[in-house]
Amino acid sequence: MFRQARYDEPLIFEIGEKNTSEPQTNNIVPEKLSRKKLPDIPNLTEPEVVRHYTRLSQMNYGVDSGFYPLGSCTMKYTPKIVEEIAGFEEVNMHPHQDESTVQGSLKIMYELQEMLKEIGGVDEVTLQPAAGAHGEFTGLLIAGAYHESRNEKRTEVILPDTAHGTNPASAHMAGYDVVEIPSENGMVNLKALKNALSEKTAVFMLTNPNTLGIFEENVLDIAEMVHEAGALLYYDGANLNAVIGKARPGDMGFDIVHFNLHKTFCTPHGGGGPGAGPVGVKKFLGKFLPVPVVEHGGKKYYFNYDKPDSIGKIKGAYGNFAVLLKAYVYIKLLGGNGLKKVSEIAVLNANYMKKKLEKYFELPHKNLRKHEFVLSGSKLKEKNARTLDAAKMLLDYGLHAPTIYFPHLVDEAIMIEPTETEPKYEMDRFIDAMIKLSESPLKNYSPKNTSAGKIDEAGAVKDLVLSWKMVKER
Amino acid sequence: MNYIPNLEFKEEILKEIGIKRIDELFSDIPEIVRINRLNLPDGKTEMEVKKEITCTLKKNKRTLSFLGGGIYDNYVPSAVKAIIQRSEFYTSYTPYQPEVSQGMLQAMFEYQSMIAELTGMDAANASMYDWATSVAEAVLMCSRITKKNEFIIPKNIHWEKKSVLRNYTKGAKLKIKEIGYDEKTGEINLDELKSTINDNTAGVYVENPNFFGVLEENVADIKNIVGKTLLVVGINPLTLGIIKPPGEYGADIVVGEGQSLGSPMNFGGPLLGLFACKKEYVRQMPGRLIGMTKDSDGRTAFCMTLQTREQHIRREKAASNICTNESLCALSAVAYLSLLGSDGLEKIGKELVSKTKFLADEINKIDGYKAPLFNSCHFNEFVVKTKKDTNRIHKRLLESGIDAGIILNQHFPELGNSMLCTVSETHSKEDMLRLVDALKEVKDV
Repeated sequence: MFRQARYDEPLIFEIGEKNTSEPQTNNIVPEKLSRKKLPDIPNLTEPEVVRHYTRLSQMNYGVDSGFYPLGSCTMKYTPKIVEEIAGFEEVNMHPHQDESTVQGSLKIMYELQEMLKEIGGVDEVTLQPAAGAHGEFTGLLIAGAYHESRNEKRTEVILPDTAHGTNPASAHMAGYDVVEIPSENGMVNLKALKNALSEKTAVFMLTNPNTLGIFEENVLDIAEMVHEAGALLYYDGANLNAVIGKARPGDMGFDIVHFNLHKTFCTPHGGGGPGAGPVGVKKFLGKFLPVPVVEHGGKKYYFNYDKPDSIGKIKGAYGNFAVLLKAYVYIKLLGGNGLKKVSEIAVLNANYMKKKLEKYFELPHKNLRKHEFVLSGSKLKEKNARTLDAAKMLLDYGLHAPTIYFPHLVDEAIMIEPTETEPKYEMDRFIDAMIKLSESPLKNYSPKNTSAGKIDEAGAVKDLVLSWKMVKER
Repeated sequence: MNYIPNLEFKEEILKEIGIKRIDELFSDIPEIVRINRLNLPDGKTEMEVKKEITCTLKKNKRTLSFLGGGIYDNYVPSAVKAIIQRSEFYTSYTPYQPEVSQGMLQAMFEYQSMIAELTGMDAANASMYDWATSVAEAVLMCSRITKKNEFIIPKNIHWEKKSVLRNYTKGAKLKIKEIGYDEKTGEINLDELKSTINDNTAGVYVENPNFFGVLEENVADIKNIVGKTLLVVGINPLTLGIIKPPGEYGADIVVGEGQSLGSPMNFGGPLLGLFACKKEYVRQMPGRLIGMTKDSDGRTAFCMTLQTREQHIRREKAASNICTNESLCALSAVAYLSLLGSDGLEKIGKELVSKTKFLADEINKIDGYKAPLFNSCHFNEFVVKTKKDTNRIHKRLLESGIDAGIILNQHFPELGNSMLCTVSETHSKEDMLRLVDALKEVKDV
């Protein structure tokens, strides 16, 4: 089934007449600074530009095109009202505007902080981080400031082998040594954790449910162990969609929590971004949050910069406001009752798909799953094929492929997250496709019903072309 | 409105799974932390929510604004909005499956190409969060390339950038040194740069135009001073239709804020961190890179490349932790630049310089004001110095719905009572004269 167009669309630089214009004589800026040759950007009319990018959009697959079970990314449907409101003219304010002229924006930020406190079971929230990884980095800086304030030098961050790649990368950027511990039955190995914890441990980072979709049943023991060692427990919110409205990270003992608004709270992924990664903390860490936080006093909302122990800023301005607004609209639409249904149906869907597919693929660990599950494509190897081939075959059914080859501890991993916004018949279509391809997988499969055949990714590295300039120099 | 299709099929699906109640699916959560529901109001209809939030947003007030400082109120053409509202674009994610993501991949390749064309670099990445984090990542990149641990920045950059930079470089234990500006021209103090640079310097950061809106006329001399030390240049992309690309004066890495290219200000986010560099350094670059290649039929195609730099492959050894970026803003930028073309970019650059000069000259005529404070060519903003109390001026003008500019007193006390006034092509001559008249009327402060 075709779900995208297959055009031979030229690069925008190759459209229309060749651009030959030279800079006009230009004494408006000092001669030493003036540009002698205009950048090679074509001079096109609006219809030419709109047609080009419309055609490119038709060669792209989004959640609005069909099933997008990309594990760990929570590719749920975004209600259209969310986008409409974010486009209102009143959203387009300058960050340095006088507080009296942005009371609407401040109210929304304040209320979103309050909502996230309730959802996360935390006491204070910063909306500043622009993405999940940015939230992790912020959380680790807060942890660092906390340990420093107690005159403790803690140099290590521990994480399980199921952790997202951003966890170790953020820990490294924040200046920590990374200690990875193995899992046992798809969960944190308590013995390994105990052995790894020491007076050097700053933070233990955990995703719960983890990236296998398994809820860490021992989370309360884990919290106790981590705290006993004087370390902090960090919650990677990538998988919050599994438990929203059913349990709260703060109640589980997590000290620092990040939220992925572009996952759990439906803000669209934008082809890779923007997202937003607010961070919530327990009361004793509140004073370290980035400045400013939004507060409410008397009749006015205002920015509080008066936080002498704050870590400072982690990006310009206050966060991705337009994204924050979208999440705010979503929470209003769903409400406390609706958010609970989100996790219930997300988990229901995942377990349904797991049940249907576990007969045909290896399913490491038999535990109950939450919103996602990870199959192994190892059986495909008996038929000379691999998980990559299965993914490419799925594309020909008009479906997006799951996340593949992650988490690393599962051989030939296939990570499936249906989300709550998928109708049963679409899941069934995916299940049927998976069963069919498990029976006769094809080696080195190149999809036919897509905008392009199988892409030579190795070739892109070998013969590196990153821009039109590099095309011209070839 | 129902966004959850399978609510209706719940019983049927439960039966298929072989359980009776949905709560059985949550039995692995310790009972003590299970909650019945969140303490939030019940959901509302689309109509109710729209009404309520419209009302909240109405509390915001648009002013006749001369605010800038890196985030600008440039006009966003309707066609840009139409393009980014194509939901095949905005509801997709990182193009992990290139065969079904050719549209976004090609658009990002075109974006990278246009940023490279503007800056005179070989390649750009597919976006960072914003200018501040781009600078911070550039500093870390310089340190990785040179294995050195000192970095030089100008004193006169946005204070938020300094704070972000401190946070980003803390882990790598880098030492950041500041150099001042010439008090007459507002340009970077080259003598101070000469005396500050040493064998441990990984790189030097300069902005052109700088935070005061001043075009650095002697920027070409900087490369002679820094020699083999890496040069990072921060730019406003709208200057690059008329100003020499940094690649022509020795930049190794170019960063900047791309918001003015077709994205609204959005109260400060999302923004668009520009990040470009020379070919020899791309393997140390942070962020996502799109490369050109072929598909199995030999047709030109695109995919993410050099992924071994990134966190999902390299984990703690990655060049950066960035995953989610600002792709949709990059799409706005490439659509905006395509609509402008090189001619339009040249035109808007000239318009901004002459409008800025007009407004500065008019303000300068008012008794008690000096504008621009610095004797240099300015791009789209300039410092106004006054004998009056800027906070009071601000309050008084706000009563007439005017925001005169960012007050600099607190962050640049050496400038005294001063403001940064910014002009965009959306300002008519009447708008500018309205500001001038309002300033004239403020007498008793």
